[in-house]
This record gives sequence, C-alpha cells and structure tokens, in this order.
Amino acid sequence: MSLASPMVQEPASVSEPDVAAKVAARSVNVYYGEKHALKDVSVDIPARAVTAFIGPSGCGKSTFLRCINRMNDTIPICRVTGDITIDAKDIYDPRLDVVLLRARVGMVFQKPNPFPKSIYENVAYGPRLHGMARNKTELDEIVVGSLKRASLFEEVKDRLNDQGTGLSGGQQQRLCIARAIAVSPEVILMDEPCSALDPIATAKIEELIDELRTNFTIVIVTHSMQQAARVSQRTAFFHLGSLVEEGSTEQIFTNPKDKRTQDYITGRFG
Amino acid sequence: MTDTSIAPPATGTRTFDYGSDEALARVKRRYQAEGRFKLYGLLAVLFAGAFVFVLLADIVRKGMPAFFEHRVVMTLDLDASLIDPTGRREVDALRNGDYNKIVMDAWRANFPEVTQRAERRRLEALVSSGAADDLRGAILRDPSLIGKKLRFPVLLSDDADLHFKGLSTGMSAVAGNGALDVQVNGREVTLIGSGQPFATILADVKAGLLRDADRANAELARLPASQQGGQNVALDAKRAELTARVADLKRRAGDAGGAEMIDFAAMPSRIVRAEGAFIQLREIGPASAKGFLLVAPQRAITRLDAWTVTTFATPESNRKASDADIAWLESLNARGVIEKAFATRFFTSGDSREPELAGIRGALIGSALTLLVTLIVCLPLGVGAAVYLEEFAPKNRLTDILEVNINNLAAVPSIVFGLLGLAMFLNFFGLPRSAPLVGGLVLALLVLPTIIIASRAALSAVPPSIKEAALGVGASHQQAIFHHVLPLAMPGIMTGTIIGMAHALGETAPLLMIGMVAFIVDIPQAVTDPGTVLPVQIYLWSDLPEIAFQAKTAGAILVLLAFLFIMNGAAILLRRRFERRW
Ligand SMILES: Nc1ncnc2c1ncn2[C@@H]1O[C@H](COP(=O)(O)OP(=O)(O)O)[C@@H](O)[C@H]1O
Ligand SMILES: [Mg+2]
Repeated sequence: MSLASPMVQEPASVSEPDVAAKVAARSVNVYYGEKHALKDVSVDIPARAVTAFIGPSGCGKSTFLRCINRMNDTIPICRVTGDITIDAKDIYDPRLDVVLLRARVGMVFQKPNPFPKSIYENVAYGPRLHGMARNKTELDEIVVGSLKRASLFEEVKDRLNDQGTGLSGGQQQRLCIARAIAVSPEVILMDEPCSALDPIATAKIEELIDELRTNFTIVIVTHSMQQAARVSQRTAFFHLGSLVEEGSTEQIFTNPKDKRTQDYITGRFG
Repeated sequence: MTDTSIAPPATGTRTFDYGSDEALARVKRRYQAEGRFKLYGLLAVLFAGAFVFVLLADIVRKGMPAFFEHRVVMTLDLDASLIDPTGRREVDALRNGDYNKIVMDAWRANFPEVTQRAERRRLEALVSSGAADDLRGAILRDPSLIGKKLRFPVLLSDDADLHFKGLSTGMSAVAGNGALDVQVNGREVTLIGSGQPFATILADVKAGLLRDADRANAELARLPASQQGGQNVALDAKRAELTARVADLKRRAGDAGGAEMIDFAAMPSRIVRAEGAFIQLREIGPASAKGFLLVAPQRAITRLDAWTVTTFATPESNRKASDADIAWLESLNARGVIEKAFATRFFTSGDSREPELAGIRGALIGSALTLLVTLIVCLPLGVGAAVYLEEFAPKNRLTDILEVNINNLAAVPSIVFGLLGLAMFLNFFGLPRSAPLVGGLVLALLVLPTIIIASRAALSAVPPSIKEAALGVGASHQQAIFHHVLPLAMPGIMTGTIIGMAHALGETAPLLMIGMVAFIVDIPQAVTDPGTVLPVQIYLWSDLPEIAFQAKTAGAILVLLAFLFIMNGAAILLRRRFERRW
C-alpha cells in the first residue's frame, strides 16, 4: 500500500542543495555507555526549510536531534564523536558556550512542558535570561510577538497571567514553541511535537510549522510518515542507528532508493 | 512471524462450568476471605484509634489542672512604710519593699484564732511565696497604689491549689441531727447532743476497729510457728502483744456505747461545721464528742441547731494538706474569696522549685532558640547538599558511598549524636554547656539526613522535562535548577524540613548528654545562655515528687503535642496545597 505518495500535496518548494547547509553533520557517532546508538551519521540540513527525521522507534532520531543542541551533554553516560557544524562553525568546539548554542538552537519536546508559571512568564523567561529586552515594553513586545508567531496570541491575550499549565495540550505545545522562538533561535528542533496531541491540535501545529519555516530552520522528528510528508521539504530515514537515506521529501516518499526505506514507508515494518 | 499458527491453549478445549457448585463455593470463599481481611483491618484501626484516644484523654485529664490556679482575693493594706520607707518612689527601694509582710498580715487576719507558732507556720505555708513577687510587680507597674488599699488576688501554694482541684481528699457532708450544746474552752470544744447524734459516726469508727482486729489477726497468723525445743523471746512477746491487741479491739468494737478516739493515721477525719466554725472531732461517744476548734465561729456559740459533719475520706496523715489546712481553705471558700483563674503564669514564667510558680516559658524559649539554630544550620546545608548530590555530583563510587552513609546517618540512635555533640562541641570546641546553641547544633546533625533525603526526593520528583525546557531556551544548568527545579521542589523540601523540625522539637536524649537537663530558672535570652527545652522540661518535672508537678508534666506534654500537631498539620497542608503531581 502506498499511503505516502497521495499525502504529498505540495511538492517540496524549497530548492535543494543550492542553499548552503545550515547544519552539517559528518560521521557522527553516539554511544550511551557501551551502547552504540548512532552510527556514522552524515547529513546536511538546509536553512529555512523543514527537515523530517523518520524511522522506527529506538533508531536514534531523538539522539541525533539532541546532538544538534548538545542536549546529550546532560546525560553523563552519553559520548558523541564526529563533527556537527552550524553555519560552518563546530558546535562541539570546547571554546563554544553550550548555553549560547542552546539559545541559537531552540527545542520543542515530545510532551508539552510549559513551566508551571504564567503564560507571560513562560515566554519571557528566555529573553530575560539573555538580556534581550532593555525594559518592560520591549519584553512585552517580544512576548506578544512570539505568541503571535506561534498562533497562540488570539487565544490567550486576555489571560497572559494565567498558568501556562492550565492550557489545553495543543495550546501548551504552541506555548512551548512561542517560548522557543522568543529567544530568536536560528534552528528549532522538534522531537515528535504532536505525539501527545489530538488531530485538530496536530493540524494547527503543522500549519504553524509551515509558517515558521520562512524564518527558521526546522528539524522535526516524527513517527508519523503522513506528518513528515505534510510538513517537511526534506526527509531523512533512520534505521538501527544509521542514516539509511536522505533526500527531498517527495523523492523519499515516491521513489525511495533503499529497500529498507521503501519497506518502512509502505508500512512493512516499524 | 505472522505465519505461525497459534495452537489453542490446552484449557480452551475443555469447557469450564462457572456455575457449578464447586465454582460457586470458591467464589463464596473468596468473598469471605475478603470480608475477613476488611474486618481485621477495621479492628486494627479501631484498636489504634482507641489507644490514641485513651492516651490523649488521660493526658488531657491530668494536664488540664496545670492551666488553672487558685487565688485568694484579699484587701491588702499597701502601707507606705513597708514598701517605700523613704517615700522617694525609687525603683530600687520599691523593689526591696517588704511585700511578704503585707500579704501575710492580710492573710493571717482571716484566722485570728491561730496564734501558736507551728500552726501559724502551717497557715502561712498555704500562700505561695510568689504572691509577694506578684504584689511587687503590681506596685512597680503602678507606684501610685502605695498607701492605698488594694483588692489583690494572692496566689495559693501548690497544696492549697491541689485541694481546690480535688486532689487532696474526697469530702462528703451530711447534716447532723438534733441540736448540740457547745462548751468552748479555748480551742477545745465539747459537743453534747440531746439524742445520739454521733451514733452513726461511732458505728463507723467501731467497724474500723474490727477491720484493725482482722489485720492484727492476719499478722499473727503470718508469724512463724514457735519452734519445739528452742524458744524465741521476741517472737513470743510479739505474739502476746498482738493477741492482746486483737482482744482489746474486739472488746471495744463490741461495746457500742463506749467512746472512741479518732485515729488520724487510719481513719477519715470528721469535721463539724456550723456558724463558720470548723471543729475537728477527736473523741466520739454516741451522744457527745470532744473536738478541736480549727476555725473559730463568727460569733460565740453555746448551742447549735443546724450543723453538718464533713468527712475527709483520706486519713490526715496520708495527705499533705492537714485537717487544719483544709478547714482554713474551705472556710475561705465559704466566704467567697477563693477564685479560680487561668494560669497565664504557666506560660510566662520559667522553671521553679515551687510547683505553683513553675512555668514552661524557659523551656519554650529554649526550644525556640534551639530549633532556630537547628533550622539555620540545617536548611541551607541540607538543601545545598541535596541539590549538589541530586543535580551536580558525578555519579561515582564516592557519591554512592556518601549516599549510603547519609541514609545510615538517619538511622543512628539520637543518643549517639548527643555523645558526638558532647565530645565535639563541648570538649573540643569548648562551647558553653546547656546552651541552645549546642543543642541546636546537635539536633542539626540529627535532622540533617532527614532534610537531605526529603529534599532529594522532592528534587527528583520534579520532572526532567522542566529542566530540559529551561536548558532548551539557553539557561545554564545552575539557572535551570535554581529558577525552576528548586522552586518546584520547595513545598516538598519545606514539608520535609517541618517534619524534621517536629522531630527535633520532640527529641530529648541527645540534649541530656550536653547538659540541657539542668534546673534553670532564668529564661534564656540568647543561644549561649543556659537553657532547657520542652521535652527535657517534661522529663525533669515527671521525676519530681510533688503531686502538682504531675499536672505540670501533663500540661507541658499537652503544649508539646499542640506544637507537634500544628507543625505536622502545616506540613500536610503544604503538601496538599502546593505539591503538584505530574
Ligand atoms: N539516556 C539514554 N541512556 C541510554 N540509552 C539511551 C538513552 N536515550 C536513548 N537511548 C538508546 O538509544 C537508542 C536510540 O534512542 P532514541 O534516539 O531515543 O530513539 P528514537 O527517538 O528514534 O525512538 C535506543 O536504543 C535507546 O534505548
Ligand atoms: Mg524519540
């Protein structure tokens, strides 16, 4: 069965490698203690486009994603080798400040995780941390702007001081996206951002992702091939810790080169 | 693989009748087992509940008297020459006034018939030595009272107080029958009835004689039998004496008309009351009695038409308040000058050798200062250690060993911490003995593991997603923890801290080791002043022989329990209100 191909409604509009890669990974290996979780992954992620990572559960998608903002540093047993560059600068350079890196590379998690604070405070936290606003008006501007770009402002404008955790799941996830874009990142990493949401909330997030790609480089991990097909321009398929195939979304879903990719997108395993 | 055909399970081939008798019996047994289990659980809860209830009821019953005191309201003549002979109203002079004389003069004026020295001393002992201090306080507060007459509540002594709290002897009164002729000779009184007004009392006394005879008989029976050959002179003499006594007692008991002396060591006292007089009966015949005038009547009496006999159930020599004491107190009570009031003194004064003056203020302040030291040491140290171990420390052997030992520390008997405190803080660092500072440090050792463990649990209960969210927007590890994780863990940390503090508040053993068990009258003003704490005060009081201290002990226990309840209640409230579940 080929459920993937009809889902590709709009062909990837962003031209491919003619734009220089925003993020480039070369021979990345990740070990969790003895476990070799990611094997020799090399991939280019273009700027201002959505790149989707797909693959069966446990194949290392999240692991790779977390390499890009060095979130794996927080796991003591995790060891990363190889090179990852953003704008041709090595992000594992010991002179690079990991905190600043994470400001440039925002992240949205699988389960919506707003701070148990007000909606305003959720968004304002990052900008305040980095001293992005000189006064309250500027901060208000950033917060409102971020909420607007996350398509959440209209729904919450009357209750900015309410708890962020009191929102619905989809709204919470959009709040997390607003929180991420408030610090003006260049890259946004999303790890299965819709897996905890209902279809309507999912549709809204997907719509939002599509809007955001005009300004941000987006990497999204998803276990839903339809979602990958709907939102992404490029797709990378992971299997057992290796990057099997990477290409334009259209090509991956209509004309996969690798047998394993074909098996996966036609639902033969996964 | 998908093509594996699955064999039906073995039992699937047999039909099983869930309606069979055997199956139904099994269901019934299951229900019975469940019912039994519920019953056991309920019984256990009821048993525990009853236990707690009995315990509390007992402490409340014993402790309530500690919160009340009895005073006699008298008009004191604030004679300026006694208080301030110079008349300059200087505080030092006022402080040295002879307030005791003012109080005692007024007090003795109630019973002019008391002139004999020993009796007077007994009478004076019924007023607390704190009464003069109370008066001094009142004058110092308002010197303009000097020279005036002041109605003032004079604190009674512990024995007097206990009498009014019903702890000296049971008292019962019956109306006497028939008129009495009274002959008064000094304090000696002879009462002569027209009929036989004292017959019932006499019968009681005679019944007592019979009981004495029985007792003597029993003693006689217990004596070893006389040996055949050898003779024991002492034993034989004793036997003869006992035999004679039994005979005498029986004879007297049989002679219904014979007069008897009251034996104050063995019999209830009988007091005839009339016209304000208290006459202690000493020798009773059926128609007449001789007695002693404990309290003089309001007017001279020769004949009594209405009188009552009050029985003090406990024999006089078995109680601290003598017949005279009780007569004086009851006389005042009848005059309506005894007042019962809430004993604020219990909360406002320190320890004392006089039970009626002893309070828990010193212990309360001592406990507060001690806990303050404990908190100041424990909270930052405990939370800091917990944050470090939970969030920053590398996971290696060293931290594993640390962790195990922190858990071990929580299980070390508290007395060991007391010994450690003695060796370290007192002997090595030379800190002052008995000081809340040292007590607080020792308790800090005790509570620290509790706080560390509770704080770590609270920290690890905060979901990692919150930390990741903060890291994700570019917060440093430390910022993520101090901005997000720690505030979210705070209710849990506070709960653990309060429970730890409640534990420390109730702790006694280690404080005994560092000398906080001394008798200290002064209320500690600083953490280096000698002091004691509430549980140790309870321990100290529980050891004292005075009955009044038993009530104080129970009263102090009530206060301690109240604080513990409040603290644990606050902990529960905190947990309910603020601890969130993810
Ligand atoms: N913190 C970790 N510690 C040890 N092993 C991990 C950890 N995180 C992931 N792994 C392992 O690494 C592999 C890849 O995991 P992950 O990247 O989460 O997969 P995916 O996101 O594709 O489902 C899995 O086998 C997983 O068990
Ligand atoms: Mg994953």
